[in-house]
Amino acid sequence: MARAAIPGGLSARRAWRPARLLERRVESASATTLVLDVTDWPGHLPGQHVDVRLTADDGYTATRSYSLAAPAEGDRVEVTVQRVPDGEVSPFLCDVFQVGDAVELRGPVGGWFVWRPDQPGPVLLVAGGSGVVPLMAMLRARPAVGPPFRLVYSARQPDDVIYREELAALAGTDGVDVRHVFTRRGAPVGADGADGADGADGAGHVRPPGRLRSADLEGAGWGPADAPTCYVCGPTGFVEAAATILASAGHDAARIRTERFGPTGS
Amino acid sequence: MQGQDSAENSGEEPVGGAGLDGNVLAGPLSEVFAVDITTAVGRCRGCGTSSAIATLRVHGPQPGLVGRCPGCDDVLLRIVRTPDAVWLDLGGLISLRIPAAG
Amino acid sequence: MSFVTRGFHGRRRDDDGRLPPGQHLTGDFPVLSAGPTPRIPLDEWELWVATEDGTRHTWSWTELMALAADEPTVDIHCVTSWSKLDTTWRGVSLDTILADVETAADYALVHSYGGYTTNLPLEDLLDGKAWVAYEFEGDDLHPEHGRPARLLVPHLYFWKSAKWVRGIELMLEDSPGFWEQLGYHDYGDPWREQRYQGD
Repeated sequence: MARAAIPGGLSARRAWRPARLLERRVESASATTLVLDVTDWPGHLPGQHVDVRLTADDGYTATRSYSLAAPAEGDRVEVTVQRVPDGEVSPFLCDVFQVGDAVELRGPVGGWFVWRPDQPGPVLLVAGGSGVVPLMAMLRARPAVGPPFRLVYSARQPDDVIYREELAALAGTDGVDVRHVFTRRGAPVGADGADGADGADGAGHVRPPGRLRSADLEGAGWGPADAPTCYVCGPTGFVEAAATILASAGHDAARIRTERFGPTGS
Repeated sequence: MQGQDSAENSGEEPVGGAGLDGNVLAGPLSEVFAVDITTAVGRCRGCGTSSAIATLRVHGPQPGLVGRCPGCDDVLLRIVRTPDAVWLDLGGLISLRIPAAG
Repeated sequence: MSFVTRGFHGRRRDDDGRLPPGQHLTGDFPVLSAGPTPRIPLDEWELWVATEDGTRHTWSWTELMALAADEPTVDIHCVTSWSKLDTTWRGVSLDTILADVETAADYALVHSYGGYTTNLPLEDLLDGKAWVAYEFEGDDLHPEHGRPARLLVPHLYFWKSAKWVRGIELMLEDSPGFWEQLGYHDYGDPWREQRYQGD
């Protein structure tokens, strides 16, 4: 399918259109990926999001925004939903929404928090909790011979890590570095060591649990002089902290892009 | 982005608190504008700071979306979606610089 | 309606005689705000009432505390469709605050710390229908719910119950407040579902 230079074309973007569930993948104890079929999907850039609208039989509607988790494959698009206990929409999407059923979707939208495969320079991705989703779309869109990518991914504990196995595989790819930060509890040394989700760095050192700090975002090839474009996504407090660390380290504010999604979480 | 929109009322899916940013305005503004306004740069009438709309501090989405200046917290824009209309206030902006092809 | 998501019901709209149409009960107390939470030291806090001829009356926090307090138990209804029943408050009736204010005004525009405003007819502030409240369920108001004081006008949608209240402007003509300028109803009676203009 030919893609427009601006994914979504203008009139196509604005309309609500049906999105049928093709497949569901459980990603962690609380996150589920939904694979949706959207007729005539115009394509999108990594980092863009969609608005999802649910309508009850009495006309009541609820709308939420979700980041696209992967590059489109034709009309197949993926979002990853973090289940919020007692939420109105996310438990429905994670637990009730059936293959073959449909929601309405508007998008792709958002042209700010995007990575364009033709943009120059290394890419530093900083994720807090389910803020990893749009960053995963960027990682997945990286060509095999592409700029260096580093993902620093903060989660409460190893069980909360989304895309765990795929990240472990990507971490072994040339040009991709994946680092985990656990804020509450890391994995015991030796456990899960093979999959790279244990908080160990490349040299096998285990980082003790704790909030993101400047050392987590430093390293050869990732300083201000290397001019990485930095994408930070997560809860507001996390994003503010990470953006402050990057700015204090000397990264140009124009190359720090942020997306916040609410006050809570890790 | 994770679930930050519309009529929520408990748990962590926010109904109308702080903590969002201007990225979430992309969908609602796409109903009104032919181009993506979140990449446009707005200048605050109160303090003169220029900011990409995506970087505004956003409160909402209920009862409406309120975008505030990252520099001084003044209200730059407001959007309310009623069943049959979009209400838009851009009065806090002196100007909006919208990227366009040369 | 053209599209329905099978199996989605959302928050159940409850069919309870005490609930206005389209509302559901909630056990918690959702926070809705249009801006950052103002923090006002009590020794700097002031409530003012300004009349249509420019006369200004003010109360310090100490003066407000010296006024006779009520302890109303009321149901509250938010335009975003949640309701809470039998909430208990402590505050000063607007009848007490406005007792010595001479005015021919028919409308009030309520002002908050932080810049929020909301409009309503003056008569809806009188006759035991409205309070400047400073306690909820036996405790000081939470900062996000209006500390130190908020308006409480429970017979109208709750956006009229301005948090962080600081002043009441009495006017001869109605003038729309923060949400009323953007499509919300000037009166906001939950029993008539006056959510938006034209409802």
